[in-house]
Amino acid sequence: MSITTNSGSDGQLVIKILGRFDFSVHQDFKNAYESSESKNNKFEVNLSGTSYLDSSALGMLLLLRDYAGGDSSSISITNASADIKKILTISNFQQLFKID
Amino acid sequence: MKILIADDNNIDRLILKKILVKSGHEVTTAVDGFEAVELFEQSEPDIVLLDALMPNMDGFQACEIIKQKSGDKLIPIIFVTSLTEASALARCLEVGGDDFLTKPYNQVILKAKLKAFERMKVLYDEVLDQRNEIRLYTDHLVQEQEVAKRVFDNIAHSGNLEQTNIQHILSPMSVFNGDLLLCAITPTGNTHIMLGDFTGHGLPAAIAVMPVADIFYGMTIKGFSIADIIAEINNRLNRILPIGVFCCATACDINYRDKSITFWSGGLPDGYIIRPNVGLVQTVISNHLPLGVLNSNSFLLDSKVFRFEEGDKLYLFSDGILEAEDPSGDMFGDQRVLELLQSKTDDNNVFEKLLEEVSSFCETDVQNDDLTLIEYTFSQSALGERSLEHSGLKDKIRPLDWSIQYELRPETLRSFDALPLVLQILTECPGLNPYRGRVFTILAELYSNALDHGVLGLDSLMKSSAEGFSDYYKLRKLKLDKLQTGYVQIKMEHIPSDIGGDLIIDVMDSGKGFDCTTDNYSGNDFSGRGIELIRSLCKSVEYYEGGSHVKVIFQWQY
Repeated sequence: MSITTNSGSDGQLVIKILGRFDFSVHQDFKNAYESSESKNNKFEVNLSGTSYLDSSALGMLLLLRDYAGGDSSSISITNASADIKKILTISNFQQLFKID
Repeated sequence: MKILIADDNNIDRLILKKILVKSGHEVTTAVDGFEAVELFEQSEPDIVLLDALMPNMDGFQACEIIKQKSGDKLIPIIFVTSLTEASALARCLEVGGDDFLTKPYNQVILKAKLKAFERMKVLYDEVLDQRNEIRLYTDHLVQEQEVAKRVFDNIAHSGNLEQTNIQHILSPMSVFNGDLLLCAITPTGNTHIMLGDFTGHGLPAAIAVMPVADIFYGMTIKGFSIADIIAEINNRLNRILPIGVFCCATACDINYRDKSITFWSGGLPDGYIIRPNVGLVQTVISNHLPLGVLNSNSFLLDSKVFRFEEGDKLYLFSDGILEAEDPSGDMFGDQRVLELLQSKTDDNNVFEKLLEEVSSFCETDVQNDDLTLIEYTFSQSALGERSLEHSGLKDKIRPLDWSIQYELRPETLRSFDALPLVLQILTECPGLNPYRGRVFTILAELYSNALDHGVLGLDSLMKSSAEGFSDYYKLRKLKLDKLQTGYVQIKMEHIPSDIGGDLIIDVMDSGKGFDCTTDNYSGNDFSGRGIELIRSLCKSVEYYEGGSHVKVIFQWQY
C-alpha cells in the first residue's frame, strides 16, 4: 500500500504517502486518518516519498483538516519536495497548514 | 431450434431431416447452396448445416454469403461433409464455418454438437443484448450531455469574450469543462475577467461553474466592484461545495481611464503582464487560498493594482498548460511559457505559437486536464467597438419628478461600494435605462473625485509614474482605513420634459476642494479627475465652494 501510518514523537499520527498523491489514494488516505486512535487530533502528513501532488490531493488535505476540527486542527505537512511545496504555496495552503 | 439444411443428396438430406425433427427441431431443407442462401432469409434459422460439395453453389460459397447476411447475429454453420482431407476441412472453417462433421456421422455426436452451439448462442445473444443496451445508454447520455452543455455554455460563456483584443482557448478534457473563463463589461466601461479552475473534471466540476458565472455577470452589470464580486462568489461556493472541492481563480478589473488593472488571485499559476519591446513587467502571483475554502469571516479580499496601458498584454492560464506532459512525463512548466512570451514580445501571434509549442511538446492528442488560456490586450480602439448602452429601447414610461439625497460617512466609505445601490435607483426609471452606462460613468467619476481627491486629499499627479501608481493605491487604502471624519453627499434630482428629462447630479464632499477657477481643462490635475469626460457627457458642469461641490446636468431624450 502506498499509504502508511505510525505514531510520531509528539503523539501525532504520521501519514506517509509514497508515489503519487492523487485521487487513486483517496480511499486509503481517508481510511488512514479515520481509523486512527489519535485522540488529540494531531496529524503529520509526511511527503518525503511523494513524487507528485494534484488538486484532488489538496482537496483531501482540506477533508483531513475538517476531520481534525477545522480551524482548531493541528496538521503539519513535512518533507515536501520543492515542486510540491510550490503547488502548496500557489494555493496558499500555508495559511491553513504548518508546512516545513 | 430452427435449422436449415442444404444437401444435394436426397437420401442424406432426408435422413438428416428425420433425425433433427425427431429431436424436436423445426427443419427447412435446400438442395444446393443457392437455395440455402435464398431460404436463409425466409426461414431465419438458428443453425445452418451445409454440405460442402453441391451443384450451382457449393457450401463454401453459401457459407460466406450466409455469414455476411447474419451481420451481428451468431448463426453457427456446421459443415456436414464427406470430405476428409485436412486442407478441405480446414477450408470449412476458413470461409467462416464454425465446425464440421464428416460423413458418415454419429447421431449422438451430432446432437451433442447442436446442444453445445445452442448454449453458445444463448450466451452470445445475452452479450449482444447487453452491448446494444450499453450503446443505447451511452448514446442517450452523450445526447443529454450535449443538450445540457448548450444550456451550460449559454450561462457560463455568455460574456464579452468575442472582442478583437481577446484571444482565448477553453479546451475541456470531457464534454463539460471544470475551467471557466468569464469576461464582462462594467457600466463604466471597465472590463472584468475571471479565469477559474475547479477541482476535478467533467460534470461534477462544471456544475459549480454556473452559480459563479451567474454572480459574475449579474453583479458586473449592476456595477459592483471586482472585490465585492469575488467575495460573493467565495461565500456562495463555501456554502454549496463539499469540503475538498474548491475553485482556483484569478479575477481582474481593467480600468481604461486609469490605465490600471486590479487583481485578486487564489491558487492559479502565475499570470503575466508583457509590455511591447520591454518584456515581462509584472507577474501576477497567487496570494490567497482558492475560492470556496474559507468562510466569509476569514476570507481575505486585499487585491493588487498595477499599471496596464496601451499594447500591454495580460496572460492568464489554468494549470493544464503548465502541467501538459511529454511522453516521458516531463511537464511543460512555467519557464517555457515565460521564455516564449518574452521572446516573441513583438509578435502578434504569441498565443498561437504557445498553443503550437504545447501540443508539439505533448506529442499526443490525449489531454490530461482542462486547458484554458486567455490573452487580453489593452486596446483603446477595441474599447470603441463595445457599445456601453443598449440601444433601441424606446420606453414611453417617463420617470417621475423626483429627488433623492444620500450621504456617505466614514464607516460606509471604508467598506461599502455605494454606486451599485445608487445606480439601482436610477434603473427604476425605465426611460433612463438606455443611458445607464453614461450615467454610471458620470456618477463613478464624480464619486471617486469626491472620495479620493476630496475626502482623502490624494493628488492625482502621483499616478503619473509607475512607482507612484502603486504608492497611490497603497496610500489610498491606508488613508481610507484610518478615516475618522468626512462625508460624500450625493443628491440626484430628475425633472421630466416633453422630449426626455434632465438628471441633476449634485456631489459635495468634506474636502478642501481644488483650483477650479481656470478654464484650462487640459492641465494634468484636471485630466486626472476625468473632468473632460464628464463635460463631454453632460449638458453643464459647475463647480462651487472651491471645487468641493459639483453640480452636473445630464440631459436625455426618448
